[in-house]
Amino acid sequence: MDSLTVVAIASIITAGVTMALGAIGPALSEGIAAKQAVSAIAQQPDEKNTITRTLFVSLAMIESIAIYCFVISMILIFANPFWDHFITMAKGG
Amino acid sequence: MEILRLNQISPDQVILFQWGFAHVSATLAYTWLIMAILLALAFLVGRTATSDVKITRWQNLLEVVVGGIREQIHEVSQDDPDHYMAFIGTLFLFIGTSNLLLIVPGYVAPTSSLTTTAALAVTVFLAVPIYGIGRNGLSYFREYFQPTFIFFPFHVMGEFTRTLALAIRLFGNIMSHDKVIAILLAVTPLFFPIIMHALGLLIGMVQAYIFSILAMVYIASVTQVHHEGHAHKEVPQ
Repeated sequence: MDSLTVVAIASIITAGVTMALGAIGPALSEGIAAKQAVSAIAQQPDEKNTITRTLFVSLAMIESIAIYCFVISMILIFANPFWDHFITMAKGG
Repeated sequence: MEILRLNQISPDQVILFQWGFAHVSATLAYTWLIMAILLALAFLVGRTATSDVKITRWQNLLEVVVGGIREQIHEVSQDDPDHYMAFIGTLFLFIGTSNLLLIVPGYVAPTSSLTTTAALAVTVFLAVPIYGIGRNGLSYFREYFQPTFIFFPFHVMGEFTRTLALAIRLFGNIMSHDKVIAILLAVTPLFFPIIMHALGLLIGMVQAYIFSILAMVYIASVTQVHHEGHAHKEVPQ
């Protein structure tokens, strides 16, 4: 295998694994956060606005971890610096 | 017509016009478009604004939006919303408009470029000390040494990481939405992408809301905590 093939295989596999592993934690945490918020609203319907706002803010915080993973896998697939490097090397040499 | 191809993750790479060394990327052009829309709306509605009982529909719309933003700012900061309205309201309106226009074909949201979101996050990064110093004077810097001076590096690190998180969160959400739509259009045309577009409107508004609320929370944390610190200090005397 030449280096271009190795880079392609590594990038594709890593992108998939990044997304798969990176989605587990945020998915579980978002479920827990939503569960707690719903039961809190059921107990204190008067505080609905505050709870909802806090829930949204915390969900965004949790979600950003999954988003980081997504950005990394997007870079690996669409804007891979190593791939570009080897492409220019193959053209030049 | 596809302006942004699937293998380009940033609208910065799309050059619309070029004169010599100066070029206008899609990000820049659409940022100008949003600024023009917001300014034109504010000018046209504000020109005929009255405090009369009978108001135009557009003034009603604007009053609902501005009233909602003021209410949210007040709930977070427990303070006069007019201090923060100019900054937080601008952030919300700009990001919200930019994300809502995603349903227009041929439009690329400037918020799907990391440069725009980084610029917005840097304004928040600068606004926090400006509001803090404006409110508390130079004793704002005492905040960095709470509870002991060992925590100074962590406070500084926190400032930078939360700015980075603000930028990446907005960029990642809007960019990923763009990509999901583009991939779905290739796989299952017509019906499913429409549902995802509707979801995208919700995501866009939630992200605009979260960005401005987080900015408000960061600002409120430096203007409020200090009040409590003073209050605690005065209790023993």
